[in-house]
Amino acid sequence: MAVRQKLVFRFPPSLVEQPFIYHLVKDFGLMVNILRADINPKKEGRLMLELSGSEPDYRRAIDWLQKEGLQIMNLKQQIIWNEERCTQCGACSVICPSGALGLRRPEMTVSFDEDKCIVCELCLKACPARAMETLLENSE
Amino acid sequence: MGIERTYEEINQKIRSGKAVVLTAEEVVELVAEKGVAGAAAKVDVVTTGTFGPMCSSGLFLNFGHPKPRIKMNEVYLNTVPAYAGVAAVDAYLGATALPPGDPRNRNHPGEFLYGGGHVIEDLVAGKEIRLEAFGYGTDCYPLKKIETTFRLSEINEATLYNPRNAYQNYSVAVNLGQKTIYTYMGILKPRLGNANYSSAGQLSPLLNDPLLKTIGIGTRIFLGGGRGYVAWHGTQHNPSVERGENEVPKTSAATIAVVGDLKQMHWRWLRGLSFLGYGATLQVGLGIPIPILNEEIMQYCAVKDEEIFAPVVDFSRDYPYREERDLGLVSYAELKSGSVKICDREVPTASLSSYAGAREIATTLKEWIMAGNFTLTRPVAPLPSVEAGIKLQPLPQRNPHRGGI
Repeated sequence: MAVRQKLVFRFPPSLVEQPFIYHLVKDFGLMVNILRADINPKKEGRLMLELSGSEPDYRRAIDWLQKEGLQIMNLKQQIIWNEERCTQCGACSVICPSGALGLRRPEMTVSFDEDKCIVCELCLKACPARAMETLLENSE
Repeated sequence: MGIERTYEEINQKIRSGKAVVLTAEEVVELVAEKGVAGAAAKVDVVTTGTFGPMCSSGLFLNFGHPKPRIKMNEVYLNTVPAYAGVAAVDAYLGATALPPGDPRNRNHPGEFLYGGGHVIEDLVAGKEIRLEAFGYGTDCYPLKKIETTFRLSEINEATLYNPRNAYQNYSVAVNLGQKTIYTYMGILKPRLGNANYSSAGQLSPLLNDPLLKTIGIGTRIFLGGGRGYVAWHGTQHNPSVERGENEVPKTSAATIAVVGDLKQMHWRWLRGLSFLGYGATLQVGLGIPIPILNEEIMQYCAVKDEEIFAPVVDFSRDYPYREERDLGLVSYAELKSGSVKICDREVPTASLSSYAGAREIATTLKEWIMAGNFTLTRPVAPLPSVEAGIKLQPLPQRNPHRGGI
C-alpha cells in the first residue's frame, strides 16, 4: 500500500548536519518533496516535507529517523485555525500562498483546508484578529 | 405617490409583533421580484450591518474615587495609556493607543499585539484589567499613585464613543510598487499582488440611506452587540462627493459618530485587531434599521453590490503622498467574487470588513425588531447631507514662526 504523508522533522543541533534526505531516498526508496526548510549550522533545524512510497518502507524510515533522534510530527496539526477568534473577514485569503485559507462563496466565511497548508506561517501575522495559531516553538 | 408610513405606525406594528422586517440583503431579492412599490407596500423596516476595523473608536471611563482621592494625570490600562486630560477619575481610551514599551515599527513590520482596542475587548469580555494611575497631588486630591485591578461591572461608566464609524463606501487599496507594504488596509503585495477593500457593500448602513434621509442624530442602532445611538456626524464627514444615478457615493463619503453603554455590549462585536506594520485598532459591529417611510427609501435600500462602486487607490505612493491618480472604479459584486480587473490585470481581492459578520448583525437586529425589543427612533436632528456643501480640508502647512498671526 502506498503512503503519502506531510511531516515536520525537528533536528536537535547535533543532527543538523546529517544528510537524512539522502538516506530516505537511497536506503528507503522514498520520494521526498521539501515544502519548507529552516536549517542552520549548530542550531535546531526544522524541515517540512511530504514523503511518499510504500507503507513498509515508510514505516522503516520513520523508525530509523526516530532512533537517530529526530522529532517527527504530523504537519497537518501544526497550524491551527481558532474559529472563535476568527471574525470571518478573509484578509488571510490573499496572503496564503497554497490556497489552504480561502473564502466560501456566497456564504463569505473563511475556510481552512489543512491538507493544503504548507506551514509557511504567513497567516499568523496577516490575520488582524490573530486567529491563526501554531504549536511550533521558535516560529518566525 | 405610493405608500407612506410614519415612525409611529412602524413602532405600533413592532410592538404588536406584526412588523415586516428584512435585511438589506434579503430586500434585494424581494424588490427584484415585486418591484419597488410592491416591496415598499410589504416591508416596514430594512436592517443593515457592518463589522469592520474602525480606528476612530474609543471609550470614556469613570473609575470612581479611591480613598484618599486622586486627580489622575496619567492613566494606563493593562499598560495601554488612556487620555487623562479630563476630570479627576475620568479618562478616554482610544482604540489605537499603544503601550509605551511597544516596539512600534522599530523592527519593521511591527506586530502591535496589544493596544486600546484589545483593552476594550478584554473589558467587555469581563476580564480583570490592571489600572495604573498617577496624579501630582492637590489639596483636594492628595493621592499621587494607584495600582489596582477592576472589571467592567465595578466602575461607574464605560461609554463607547466612536468619533468616526461606518464609513459610507471606502477605497480599494492596491500596491503598484516593487515591495510588499504594510498598511491600515492590510498587507499589500507588490505589482498589484492583491486588492483589499473594507465595506459591507449592499449591507452597509450608510450605503442603504445614501442621502441620510432616515439616519440622524438620536437614531437608535446596534452597536457592539448592544444598543447605541448616532451622536453626531462623524469626523471627515464628506457627503458632497460624486454620486451615481442611484445617489450612492463613488468614494468614501458620510460617516457617523456613535455612542453607547459598553456594559450591555458583547466582546464578539468589539474586537481588538493588530495590523502588521501599522498598528492596533478595534473591529466594531454596527447595524442600523431603516424605516421604509415611502417608496423612495425602499428604492435606496434595494441597492445591490453590482450598483455600488469604489475607487482603486495605490498605497505605495499615491495615498501616502496625496497624489491624485485615477485607477478606475470597481463594483462590490466584482470585489466579492474574489478577483477584480485593475489596469488590465486580474487581481485577487480580500476584505478587511467581515461580510459574514455584517449579515449576522443585520439578522440579529431584524430579530430584535421582530421580537418587539427594538423600536425605531425619529432623528432629533438630521445629519448634514449634500445640501450642507461640506468640503473636506487638508491641514494648513505654514511656518508657525513667522511674525504676527
